[in-house]
Amino acid sequence: MDFTEEQLQRYSRHIILPEVGGKGQKKISNAKVFIIGAGGLGCPVGYYLSAAGVGTIALIDNDNVELSNLQRQIAHSMKTLGMNKADSVKKTFEALNSDVNVIAIKDRINNKNILDLIKNYDIIVDGSDNFPTRYLINDACVMLKKPLVSGAILRFEGQVTTILPGEGPCYRCLFEDPPPPGLVPSCQEAGVLGVLPGVIGALQATEVLKLILGKGKPLIGQLLVYDALETNFRKVKIPKNPDCAICGKNPKIKELSDYSQEYCTL
Amino acid sequence: MRLKLNGTDLEFQDGITVAGLLKNLEIEPAKVAVEVNLKIIKKQDYQEQILKDGDSIEIVNFVGGG
Repeated sequence: MDFTEEQLQRYSRHIILPEVGGKGQKKISNAKVFIIGAGGLGCPVGYYLSAAGVGTIALIDNDNVELSNLQRQIAHSMKTLGMNKADSVKKTFEALNSDVNVIAIKDRINNKNILDLIKNYDIIVDGSDNFPTRYLINDACVMLKKPLVSGAILRFEGQVTTILPGEGPCYRCLFEDPPPPGLVPSCQEAGVLGVLPGVIGALQATEVLKLILGKGKPLIGQLLVYDALETNFRKVKIPKNPDCAICGKNPKIKELSDYSQEYCTL
Repeated sequence: MRLKLNGTDLEFQDGITVAGLLKNLEIEPAKVAVEVNLKIIKKQDYQEQILKDGDSIEIVNFVGGG
């Protein structure tokens, strides 16, 4: 399929880049990205990937848009208050770019549905807001060998890393076990600077595009830590753990269980 | 002795352990991952792991929001 005149105009600033070109833009158009969470991170990631012309973008979220979300979740609006977040961003992304097939999933990701949901996608983006889900996404991506671009935010700190199962370390290699419940607060409890997910989400979207294009060096084996107050970016090298419970030589985790329950009984 | 903590050189008392360092910095051990010279230290080893002059330490917060 060739680009239409309109698409040539829309993506001209991409196509002119030697690293992208017509071929790269075609790769972007054919890519399928699955975003978990249509909140602080899911909004900017999905927004920029829609603008870039990613062919298929799925978003899963079970929450509805609230007024307190609008301080940072920029793809929602006053008009979509009360609406499911995945439906809300679908409206926004489609309004920006009708080339993109946006699939809104009104559900919560869990150990029963995750493998089926993500299996047909090229790249998975973690924009979730809790630890059990982060471990679940990591383990599912390792099992299916799916590239995972993980982002996280709290207060003034953001983190990004790209996990390429088989090549680099996974989330469990760095954070072996989840923190005890209640010890690390959520954004709801501790606050978050509204622009922070914009910075981290834009970095995640950049990682996704690099993976699609096969250009540059993805953040594999490195955690990028952003301190907004100090305006400091620090890269922490993460070694692969040969004894990792999911990506090690003899993985202990053979199937996905309901991590939220285990988490609560820790 | 001198330790490189999150990329910055800082002075600490000789023979300090990972647990001691976290206490000194008023960091709750369960809220972080600690890497010494590119090796992740298991939580159960924090008390025994003694740090040496010139060690490079990274303390990474658990951040889970989205």
